[in-house]
Amino acid sequence: MAEVLLSGVSKRFGDTEAVSGLDLRAGDGEFTVLLGPTGAGKTTTLRLVAGLEKPDAGRIHIGGRDVTATAPAPRDVSFVFQQYSLYPHLSVYDNLAFPLRAPARRLPEAQIRARVEQVAELLRIGDKLANRATQLSGGQMQRVAIGRALVRRPNVYLMDEPLSSLDSKLRAELRVELKRIQRDTGATLLYVTHDQAEALTMATRIGVLDRGRLVQLGAPRDIYEDPVNTYVATRLGSPGINLVPRSLFPGVAAPAATVTIGVRTEHLRVQRDPAGSGRVARIEHLGDQNHLHVTLADATVVVLADPDAPLAVGDAVALQLQSPLFFGADGNRLRH
Amino acid sequence: MSRGISHAHSIVEPGPLSRRIAAAVVVVYALVAMVPLAWIFLTSIKTPPDSISYPPKVVFKPSLEGYCNLFTTRSRQTQDYIDTLPPPSGTCERITRERNMVVVGPSNYAPRFVNSLVIAFGSTALSILLGTTAAYAFSRFKVPLRDDLMFFILSTRMMPPIAVAIPIFLMYRELGLSDTRLGMILLYTAVNVSLAVWLLKGFIDEIPREYEEAAMVDGYTRLQAFFRVVLPQAATGIVATAIFCLIFAWNEYAFAVLLTSGEAQTAPPFIPTIIGEGGQDWPAVAAGTTLFLVPILVFTVLLRKQLLRGITFGAVRK
Ligand SMILES: Nc1ncnc2c1ncn2[C@@H]1O[C@H](COP(=O)(O)OP(=O)(O)O)[C@@H](O)[C@H]1O
Ligand SMILES: [Mg+2]
Repeated sequence: MAEVLLSGVSKRFGDTEAVSGLDLRAGDGEFTVLLGPTGAGKTTTLRLVAGLEKPDAGRIHIGGRDVTATAPAPRDVSFVFQQYSLYPHLSVYDNLAFPLRAPARRLPEAQIRARVEQVAELLRIGDKLANRATQLSGGQMQRVAIGRALVRRPNVYLMDEPLSSLDSKLRAELRVELKRIQRDTGATLLYVTHDQAEALTMATRIGVLDRGRLVQLGAPRDIYEDPVNTYVATRLGSPGINLVPRSLFPGVAAPAATVTIGVRTEHLRVQRDPAGSGRVARIEHLGDQNHLHVTLADATVVVLADPDAPLAVGDAVALQLQSPLFFGADGNRLRH
Repeated sequence: MSRGISHAHSIVEPGPLSRRIAAAVVVVYALVAMVPLAWIFLTSIKTPPDSISYPPKVVFKPSLEGYCNLFTTRSRQTQDYIDTLPPPSGTCERITRERNMVVVGPSNYAPRFVNSLVIAFGSTALSILLGTTAAYAFSRFKVPLRDDLMFFILSTRMMPPIAVAIPIFLMYRELGLSDTRLGMILLYTAVNVSLAVWLLKGFIDEIPREYEEAAMVDGYTRLQAFFRVVLPQAATGIVATAIFCLIFAWNEYAFAVLLTSGEAQTAPPFIPTIIGEGGQDWPAVAAGTTLFLVPILVFTVLLRKQLLRGITFGAVRK
């Protein structure tokens, strides 16, 4: 296993700057998650690491070796593609065995069989080995695609939204499974997703990408509690962080340049108060918790509330902020 | 049609009535299309007098004379001379003597047929080889001026080939390629390769490049990935393209007449030159034509599954 280091990497496609000046270190044995919306440059970043794209600028190191100009094969990485990665003309078994039969690092068939069966068992596709790859459901195909990466012990695993086409139950299971495999084997994993639950549950560190730039890199807790700007703040949390104009909370001590106050749903205390400026507009019952939608002047904030709080739609309420975040006009974080 | 799941037919699948109508139309068309072929075959097993009788004979006594005449050359002899010969050694000899003739030797049909096989399959193989590699490059690499080159390749098909016949004739004479198999293979390849590049590029474009990329990340070189991943998936397209190329090269007549006369002559210019006594030997011509249809028929029937899937240009793949 090895560390991956990108320094000042840029990649353009015609007019679009898919990745620009990206500095990123995915530590040896770490589970690094790249988080960002569609078009943020996540796939391009992985392809650059794999050697499927050549950077316009910058260097890429894997395990201390400069691989910027190296072909994909000698980089010794595994890639799980977002889609299309099973060979339709091969059986599931042959798909899983394919990387182990590469002329560059061919294993004896007996060893291949052992590895393939072990991985198939792990991903619960052991009974599908004889099927053609096209005779599987979407979820099974995706598991085979993940399996094809896991049969090898490469320097780095690169995974591009590998769970996105699975149903939520399987996704939750595989999330745990992947994390366990990674921890047990000490694998270096660079994992792309736009799903915050995946990022939060699996990552050692999360890198948040915005239009080809790395905005913030840190442990999941840091990203969640200490975002550098509103963009990062809105990436995590469900329901999302409330961003309200500073003027709605005149009593809060904030840095002078503050334009927006960010406060997570669980950091709002709500009390019935006939003199309060808020009004309960809607209550969502989610079983173990309630989401209160509270209108405050022309803004609406969502508040996480106890299911048995004695509140009803139309009640006037007062809101109290705990650990609010302050953002300037450019969306960047302001600190006291 | 998975029994036990649902017997209701889907709205996109034709119902039983429209299926029957479609089948009837196909059968009627096939029958009409078969008439000339059946006529050729029937003529090939008539005697020369039967073949030119008017009104045409539909009921007649079949004869192998056409096939005998196709493969032999004969000369007329007096009855006295024929009587001095030992008894005929085969069917053809017997039929020939009934016409007061003896077999002098084999005709040129067999070598012409072999020429056709060598030239058609040779040029098809070469077209597919060049076509697949060129199509792959056009599909996957940033070839400078790609669109212009693709258009140029297509444009080689725009002029009717016969319009360049005279220059090619002169060129071939200079190069010593006239009446050689190699010359004909090169010529048919030049005509077919544009079709092959265009068709195959379509098929290869449809194979997601992630397949090769996955292979290359997994430790294969691009060439290995091409053979292990791209070729198997392009197989149906390659077969369909090969059949198109083969049919053109097999049937080509105009260039063959102009550029071949002996050594490398193919069957199409040879068949019409089969002359009997006092005119065209129609049963022999029909026999030559019938046999000429066989290789294409065999090739197409053997590969019909790939051909059908290929001709729909990927629509049924997946
Ligand atoms: N091969 C390509 N050709 C042209 N534009 C591309 C190509 N690959 C990616 N892009 C563009 O680069 C940007 C980043 O794409 P991508 O890395 O796929 O984002 P993500 O995976 O985060 O959704 C997008 O605007 C996309 O349209
Ligand atoms: Mg992507």
